Amino acid sequence: MPWTRDQLAERAAKELQDGYYVNLGIGIPTLVANHIPAGMTVTLQSENGMLGMGPFPTEAEIDADLINAGKQTITELDETAYFSSSDSFAMIRGGHIDLTILGAMEVAQNGDIANWMIPGKLVKGMGGAMDLVAGVKRVVVVMEHANKHGESKVLKACTLPLTGTQVVNLIISTLGVFEVKPDGSGLILKELAPDVTLDDVARLTDADYEVGL
Amino acid sequence: MTSASKVYTDAKGALDGLLFDGMTIMSGGFGLCGIPENLIAAVRDAGTKDLTVISNNAGVDGFGLGMLLNTRQIKKMISSYVGENKEFERQYLAGELELEFNPQGTLAERIRAGGAGIPGFYTATGYGTLVAEGKETKDFNGKNYVLETGLVADLSIIKAWKGDARGNLIFRKTARNFNPMMATAGKICVAEVEEIVPVGALDPDHIHTPGIYVDRIVQGTFEKRIEQRTIRQTEGV
Repeated sequence: MPWTRDQLAERAAKELQDGYYVNLGIGIPTLVANHIPAGMTVTLQSENGMLGMGPFPTEAEIDADLINAGKQTITELDETAYFSSSDSFAMIRGGHIDLTILGAMEVAQNGDIANWMIPGKLVKGMGGAMDLVAGVKRVVVVMEHANKHGESKVLKACTLPLTGTQVVNLIISTLGVFEVKPDGSGLILKELAPDVTLDDVARLTDADYEVGL
Repeated sequence: MTSASKVYTDAKGALDGLLFDGMTIMSGGFGLCGIPENLIAAVRDAGTKDLTVISNNAGVDGFGLGMLLNTRQIKKMISSYVGENKEFERQYLAGELELEFNPQGTLAERIRAGGAGIPGFYTATGYGTLVAEGKETKDFNGKNYVLETGLVADLSIIKAWKGDARGNLIFRKTARNFNPMMATAGKICVAEVEEIVPVGALDPDHIHTPGIYVDRIVQGTFEKRIEQRTIRQTEGV
């Protein structure tokens, strides 16, 4: 069985380390916060200007001045700090954030990522994604391996407008985990989701990869 | 009102003499958080047209900058994310609205640079993407960077929590976002606040935006609409 949304988040949480400052993207990456191992200190950064993001509020705690980058109401912690957007992106661009976990529409074997625009169709914008992939020390992508027509989203080269070039370090797809070789020459399949076979991966993957299970 | 006072009694008065067709306005906020609700409504009421608006987002349908989209007062938006606004998407896809997407951090830094008198800077953000097309690039220590320019505006409208008659401002929680940089990058900055406090009531060590950047200040009333009201399902989860 391919990994579900929550299982993708659970697997992505294994990339966390004690003491890390982490930025989680919108969607599945946000769920990673539910899987931070007990006893591990991980500080979540929200690019709209907050370090030390707490859980969602109770009805009584809702504060319109306190939201995350997905515009969801959120709470603060004792350690929380607030700052401006330019300070926030100084942290991101300046390499002070250890890890970001992001969703993607497509990734390529050289570490290219596309997750912000479908020409002529959907116009949303890149938000902070281009800054995150360019500036954060380690970039992990969680994504659907193929679309519902069985077309691979893990590609030799992206077809959609890019968010960044040669920036992805690790791909956690619904079928398994792929490391992007640092020289950009291809992927290494490191793990398979339960009951997913090498044949399944071969059938649904456009990118070149080595098997390194 | 003394000549030294920057205080205006309402949003309409605070914009008096500042608006003209075709102008560029920076508007603070992230989503609907920390937006100058009262001043946006006053721009709508003034009917100023062909605006270029620099703002991270474009509000939602009918609220925030969405109000100015509904009235077709905006010609061009410079933003990083507009996913929450169907009217925006419709106008853009129909070719009725110009749009310049900036990565969020690049947008923030362009505004910061503009206000600080820095005409351009290099960033790795967007290298090799559509964002870098037509822009100068440069290799620093083996890594590629894109030249981005500073941004300024005819007017910046911002929202703070508390302010005094000298224009000193304090923001609250994540409602700070783009507001402090925008205060510096408008030829004129008008700030709306939840409370105007007596000069001396703000701790000088806690002032986020010094009054030099703020030309006019007005106390507003706020709806503070929430985009994604998300709550904990059960205690302790």
